[in-house]
Amino acid sequence: MNLRVSTGPHLLTRENTQTLMLDVLIALAPTTAAGIYLFGLRAAWVLCVAVIAAVLSEYIWLKLMKKTIVIGDLSAVVTGLIVGLNMPAGVSLWIPALGSAIAIILVKQLFGGIGHNFMNPAMFARAFLLASWPARMTSFLLPERLLGTSQAAFGVDMISGATPLVTKARNIPLSDLLLGNIPGTIGEVCKVAILIGLVYMLVVKVVSWHVPVFFVGTVALMSWLVGSDPLVAILSGGVLFGAVFMATDYVTNPMQKIGQCIFGLGCGAMVVIIRSWGNYPEGVTYAILFMNCLTPLIDRFSSKRVYGMVKKHA
Amino acid sequence: MPKNNLRGVFVNGIFNENPVFRLVLGTCPVIAVTTSAINGAGMGLAATFVLIGSNAVISMLRNFIPGKVRIPAFIVVICTFVTMIQLLMQAYLPSLYEALGIFLPLIVVNCIILARAEAFASKNGLMASIVDGVGMGLGFTLAMVLMGTVRELLGNGTVFGFSLLGASFEPVLLFILAPGGFLAYGLLLGIINAISNKRAASKKHEEVKAA
Amino acid sequence: MRLSEIGIFLFFVNAAFSNNFIFSRFLGNCPYLGVSNKLETATGMGVAVVFVMGIASLFCYLTYEYILVPLGLQYLNTIAFILIIAALVQFVEMFMKKSLQSLYSALGIYLPLITTNCAVLGVTILNMNSGFNLLESVLSGVFGAIGFLLAIVLMAGVRERLESSEIPKAFKGFPISLIIAGFMSVAFMGFSGLVK
Repeated sequence: MNLRVSTGPHLLTRENTQTLMLDVLIALAPTTAAGIYLFGLRAAWVLCVAVIAAVLSEYIWLKLMKKTIVIGDLSAVVTGLIVGLNMPAGVSLWIPALGSAIAIILVKQLFGGIGHNFMNPAMFARAFLLASWPARMTSFLLPERLLGTSQAAFGVDMISGATPLVTKARNIPLSDLLLGNIPGTIGEVCKVAILIGLVYMLVVKVVSWHVPVFFVGTVALMSWLVGSDPLVAILSGGVLFGAVFMATDYVTNPMQKIGQCIFGLGCGAMVVIIRSWGNYPEGVTYAILFMNCLTPLIDRFSSKRVYGMVKKHA
Repeated sequence: MPKNNLRGVFVNGIFNENPVFRLVLGTCPVIAVTTSAINGAGMGLAATFVLIGSNAVISMLRNFIPGKVRIPAFIVVICTFVTMIQLLMQAYLPSLYEALGIFLPLIVVNCIILARAEAFASKNGLMASIVDGVGMGLGFTLAMVLMGTVRELLGNGTVFGFSLLGASFEPVLLFILAPGGFLAYGLLLGIINAISNKRAASKKHEEVKAA
Repeated sequence: MRLSEIGIFLFFVNAAFSNNFIFSRFLGNCPYLGVSNKLETATGMGVAVVFVMGIASLFCYLTYEYILVPLGLQYLNTIAFILIIAALVQFVEMFMKKSLQSLYSALGIYLPLITTNCAVLGVTILNMNSGFNLLESVLSGVFGAIGFLLAIVLMAGVRERLESSEIPKAFKGFPISLIIAGFMSVAFMGFSGLVK
């Protein structure tokens, strides 16, 4: 057996990577299914392309670098799926393909492969694509099939160009927000499916509650403070999806529980700040990326003088 | 310095000790103003002008400047040339002057220029110092143009304003935004390192074979 | 972006985050890439920059407003500012060595490097170009430098974490640092437009 010694927040206490990733995939299954059901076959294509591109990128890189091919650990599948779930359903297929390649090669492999990236690959890929092709990344489709009631809530103009948070302005029934009868990316719209995934991950102890609860709680509290409806704030846009599947990435968030609370708090605060005063309608991506940058420092100062904090005596 | 070495001095600045891709000095303008090839070229040539001028003057004065105050003295010389190019550019190339903005006066603190003054011009003759200035300046300019070309091509689909990739290419906007400067520089530097590592390795291989 | 219009808090957000010296003004890259491999040294450098940028802003403002402008010598601003900065750095170093031993032992080695930190000269020129008054100049110097401190400390944190990572040989050192900076710059795009 080949054990590599390395520091960082990637100690797998439970089982090996493959089982862990399998659990994440199971947790993502309801969201994936809901996305495909809501947006139709188009969404399935986007997800397929994203996953295949991720696995292929990983394979090609490992082959070129003459390293052991470890695509069986499923981590590339998870990354690819999350990249795909972050896309609008109607996006051209080269976008998810490029996004997955960026996530795998630039963010993960260039830093030394699994466990070494300091930023969440899927989130960086999304930010990269959003900055490069803003129109393509924000042309959201209305779900093809509506689970709930009121299609009338949206005008025809909602078909493209509108952002998920625009829905805040109109009075959308809570049931629509929960089930996913709103425009948005494939993965973020159906809140019920995301919550089922969260419950599964909590039960099998893939993630702890700290990050999602502090993330969503802070968004609710701060949204209430700035005068918007806290429930609508957490149910619209990508807050729930980000808090459950991206902010909980064990490689890029802090190790200690207290650090995870700070991480969640910071993400939530930044989301509300960007939504209220920033240039972008939604801030989940940038919030998570910024807190990823802070993670090494949070780790250092919350690790109870385990390393680095001990004063040197001259 | 013997005359036949001048070519070595000249080539040195362009390849072996390219300030941007080998020494990694003066990185601020490399990231800031290379959003297009023409801006890169403008910045590179402005720095080359200053480099040649300051190298020449410092080389001539090298025996008169007391060691203790040499750095402030160098800075005064460099600054004179920077102010000259600033005024010239403002008068004759106002649009480039606008585009380069604060990075034009900041040539004063560009590490490359001070480093050449300290490491070369203050120890070598006039001719060699001028050649060193030309070589280093050209190396800097070429690197700036390379960065500008890559960023403009990816981020806008053009090079020096000419459309190269056709109408169906959708530019990767990020490359002409702030993060694009860092990413393009980092990736180019990595690729250049990889190529030279490979060449060094194959050279070694050949030597081993020959022996 | 005047202080009187936006208030001190937004003035801080603008200088330290939205227009961060590293990520959106591209000033001070050499120390940012060069002395960011250890958290301790990065913090030392950052604090020293806060100190020097504050007083440099003060003295350059005074010189410009009360010497260069009355004499009609505005075009000499670059040369005047850089000499002031070089002299200030020397002076601060001497003063620290004499009376602030402990601070000197912590920051002393960074001070000479700061003369050629383009963020320092940069902020004085930016202050002049924006027509800032005395208070605005000093605050923009200090707040901007706090943004630099934040950037270099974040970088050091990430680089320390990557110490044991198998980064491809060609990308070790500067290339990976630049790519990290690019990633961080993407994250900082979130702060854009906060101050309008």
